[in-house]
Amino acid sequence: MRISTGYGTKPAGGGFETFSWYFFRISGVLLIFLVIIHLIVMHVTTDVACTTYQFVAQRYDNPLWRLYDWLLLTLALLHGMNGLRVVIDDYVRGRGARLIFLSTAGTLTLVFFMLGTITLITFQHSANVGVSCLH
Amino acid sequence: MYKGQSGMWAWLLHRVTGLGILLFLFIHIVDVSLLGFGPAVYDEGIALFDSVIVRLLSLSLIGAVLLHAFNGVRIMVIDFWRKGVKYQLAMFIIALVLTIAGFIPFAIYILAPVLPFLHTHTTTITK
Repeated sequence: MRISTGYGTKPAGGGFETFSWYFFRISGVLLIFLVIIHLIVMHVTTDVACTTYQFVAQRYDNPLWRLYDWLLLTLALLHGMNGLRVVIDDYVRGRGARLIFLSTAGTLTLVFFMLGTITLITFQHSANVGVSCLH
Repeated sequence: MYKGQSGMWAWLLHRVTGLGILLFLFIHIVDVSLLGFGPAVYDEGIALFDSVIVRLLSLSLIGAVLLHAFNGVRIMVIDFWRKGVKYQLAMFIIALVLTIAGFIPFAIYILAPVLPFLHTHTTTITK
């Protein structure tokens, strides 16, 4: 069984698909840790009813948490949208339809990336941070 | 129709969970962006996460994440280990078992606040 050596002829479609193949796996490994820790912080060490504005404000006072969340956002979004691209490639074959679906996917990627990044960069908690738990 | 076996089901589950997680991610990015509107608005959004239905939905999301992650590891082992293909079914079973094993503690933590008989040290909803 041949295993990729990393050199030799690239696939006819150019190197992007090879890059995509590696990207899934590298981002996937990173995401395992990023997501599991995120789920533990949001649901286990704190009940979700206590993940209020105040909770976020305290976390985001530390810029490392903002960085963590931004890495999670970027990797998850790109990993997921790359997967969506593969699904579209599988089921959408016509030229016009592909144009519509792929450009929608690309647009969604940009829009959600911008929305998430702006939220993480601009968040400055208000003077009144609200309650610590909802009940 | 292609009558595939365990490998096909693994592929299908990986695809379905992946798309499900992606759809959730869109909603999640929007609900976090509510931070910009201040604590009153943001906490309203969090109140939604508190309900029993949404807790169950969160749980199914966590199940999907675990399955997608463990099956993803299985895929990489198939890719990078000479004997990977030979043991693909065994690895799929391991992935399923690990998914269930990881799911149970999350289920306890997430449902405990709303199910009185699971009450341990977490607060219960008084209603």
